[in-house]
Amino acid sequence: MKKQLKKFAQFTALSSLLVLSACGGNQAAGDEDGESSGGVVKADIGVISYISGPGAAYGEAITNGLKLALEEINGKGEVKINLVVEDSAGKQDQALTAAQKLMNSENVTGIIGPTLSTEMNVVGPEADLNGVPIMGTSTTAEGIPQIGDYVFRNSLPEALAIPAAIDKAIKKYDAKKVAILYGNDDVFTKSGYDTMKKAAEEKGLEILTTETFQKGQSDYNAQLTKIKGLKPDLILASALYNEGAVIMDQARKMGIDVPFVGGNGFNSPEVINIAGDAANGLIVATPWYGEKEDDKVKEFVSKYEKEYGKKPDQFAAQAYDALYIMAEALKNAGEADRDALRDALAEVKGFNGILGEFSFDEEGDVVMDPTVLIIEGGAFKEFN
Amino acid sequence: MLIEQLINGITLGSIYAIVALGFTLVFGVLGIINMAHGEIFMFGAFIGVVVTSTFKGPLWLAFLAAVAVTAAMGYLLERFALRPLRNKQGVSHLAPLISTIGVSILLENLSHHIFGPGNHPFRASFAEISFQIGSITVYLVQIVIFVISVLLMYALSFWLGKTKAGKALRATAENLETASLLGVDVKRTITMTVIIASAMGGIAGILVGMAFNSVTPQMGLSIGLKGLAIIILGGMGNVKGAMAGGLILGLAETFVVVYGDSGYKDAIAFAAIIIILLIRPQGLFGQKISA
Repeated sequence: MKKQLKKFAQFTALSSLLVLSACGGNQAAGDEDGESSGGVVKADIGVISYISGPGAAYGEAITNGLKLALEEINGKGEVKINLVVEDSAGKQDQALTAAQKLMNSENVTGIIGPTLSTEMNVVGPEADLNGVPIMGTSTTAEGIPQIGDYVFRNSLPEALAIPAAIDKAIKKYDAKKVAILYGNDDVFTKSGYDTMKKAAEEKGLEILTTETFQKGQSDYNAQLTKIKGLKPDLILASALYNEGAVIMDQARKMGIDVPFVGGNGFNSPEVINIAGDAANGLIVATPWYGEKEDDKVKEFVSKYEKEYGKKPDQFAAQAYDALYIMAEALKNAGEADRDALRDALAEVKGFNGILGEFSFDEEGDVVMDPTVLIIEGGAFKEFN
Repeated sequence: MLIEQLINGITLGSIYAIVALGFTLVFGVLGIINMAHGEIFMFGAFIGVVVTSTFKGPLWLAFLAAVAVTAAMGYLLERFALRPLRNKQGVSHLAPLISTIGVSILLENLSHHIFGPGNHPFRASFAEISFQIGSITVYLVQIVIFVISVLLMYALSFWLGKTKAGKALRATAENLETASLLGVDVKRTITMTVIIASAMGGIAGILVGMAFNSVTPQMGLSIGLKGLAIIILGGMGNVKGAMAGGLILGLAETFVVVYGDSGYKDAIAFAAIIIILLIRPQGLFGQKISA
C-alpha cells in the first residue's frame, strides 16, 4: 500500500512537472508569437451556448452576436480571438462537460456563457476552481457573480431590472392590485418571480393571486380566466418570451386589457412577432434598446439585420458587448493568461458598448442604468 | 367565471381526446404504443402554420395539407419502423415501442431544423371569430374543437362496429393469423389504421394551433404523454374511453387551477388518474380480463 502511494506521489510529481514545463514552453512560444506580430494578444475564448433543444433560439442569438463582434474585433487587429463554441443543450450536465472540455484545453483563456442561470450554477464553481475567467451574457438570476472571483456577467440582473419596470408602471397606471404569473420549473423565471414578489411587497401592492405554468405549455386559459375574474390593475409575469407571448395572446383574446410587467426574458422583439397586437402593453426594463439614437447601436442593428435577416434581441446584444469586454480585457492584460485576464476583467470600468456605459462592481456584477420600455402599436418605445 | 372555466376545460379535454383516439386506434389493433404520435401531431400543427402564415393559404387547405402530410408520415412510420419488426423471430415485443420512440426523437429534431425553434404563431382569421354571452367570450374554434372530437368519436365507433373494414380491423386485432387465414388483408388493414390515426393527430395539431396560437417543436412530447395516460384511464383500445378520459383530464387540470394551485395542475390530474385506476384497473370503459 505504502509503496503504491509513493509510486503515485512520484507519478503525480513527475506529471505535474511535465505539465509545468509544457506550460512554460507554450508561454515562451506565445511570447515569441506576440513579438513577431507586433504585440497582438492571441487567445481562444470558449463559448458554451444553448444551441439545440427548446431554447435554441437564445443560443442562436448569442452566437450570432458573438460572431459579429468577433469579425469586427479581429478586423481591428488589436487582439486576435478564436471562438471555440460548445453546445450545452440547456442541460446542466452537458454544460459542465462542455466547460470541462474547454478548461482542459490550455489555449482557452476565458469562457463566455453558459446561457441559463441553472447551467451557470454548476459551471461557475468549476470555472472558479480551475481559475478560468467566465462571463455570463444572459445569466440574470440572483447570486451568479457571487459564485467566485472568476465569475462575471454583463447581463442586467433581474434584481435591478424588475423593480425599475414595476416602479414606472405603478406611477403611470396608479396600480394597487396585481396578479403574478410565473414559470415554476426554471431557476430564471422563479428568481424573477422572487424579485417581483419582493418589489410588489415593498411598494405596498396587493397580490391578488399567484399562478404558475411550465415550460412549453400551450394552454394558459385556466390561469388567465382566474386572473381575469380578480380584476388586477397590473399583471406581473415572470416568463421567457416564448411562453410570455402566448400568455399575452390568450389574455387579450379573453378580454384582459391591463398592462403586463415582464422580466428580462420577456424582453424580445419576438414577442411582437408571436403575439402581434396582443403584445401591446408589455412593460420591461432592459439594458438593450435597439431604437436608441446612438451610432454604435444603429451600426450594430443594421449589420446584424443584414447578416442574419432579423432584428437583434438583447441576447445578441449582450453577447456582442461581452466579447468586446473580453477583447478589451485581453488587450489590457497584454497576454493570453487566465489570471491576467481575470484581473483585467475586474478592472473594466466605464466601458462604452451598445448597451450603454458598463462597469463591473467589486463582485463582478453589473453596474448600469436600465431603460424601461413599453410595447405600443407593435413596437418597443421608451416608457415615461 | 365558472362557465368560462368549464369551456376551457372542455376545449382542452376535447384536444386530449382527439390525440388519445389516435393512440387508442393503433393500440387497439396492433397492441403497440405509438410514441411518435405526439410528434406527428406536432407536425400537423406546423403544416397548418406553414400553409396559413407562410403561404397565406386558406384554412381548408391547411387542414387538407396537414392531413395529407401526417397520413404520409403514418404510412412511412408503419412501413419503415413497425412492419420490419412484425412477425420476425427473436424480436422483443418492446422493439416496436422503442422504434417509435426513435421516430419521435427524429421528428422533433427534424422540426427544429425545418421550422426553427421557439413559438410559431398561428394566424387564421377563423381563430379570431368569437361571440359574447354576457361577460363570457366564446371562440368559435372552441366549439369546433368539441364538435370535431365528438364527430370523430362517433365516426370511429361506427366505422369499427358497423363497416366491413372496421370488422376486418377488429378481427386483425383479435388474432392476426386467424384474420389473415379468413381472407382479411392484414397488411393493408394495419397500414390503414396507422394512417388514419396519424391523420387524426394532424387534425388535432391544427386545432391546437388555432385554439392556443402556440406551435413549438416540443408540443408533441407533453401531449403525447397525456394521450397515453388517457387511454390507460379510458381503457386501452376503447374509443369512448379515450373521449371520456380526455374530457376528465382536461376538466381536472382546469379545475385544479380554479380551486387550487396551478403549480400542482399536472400532479393532481395524474393523481386522479392513479386513483381511478386503483378502483378500476381495466380503465373506465375497459373490459375485465377473464381468466
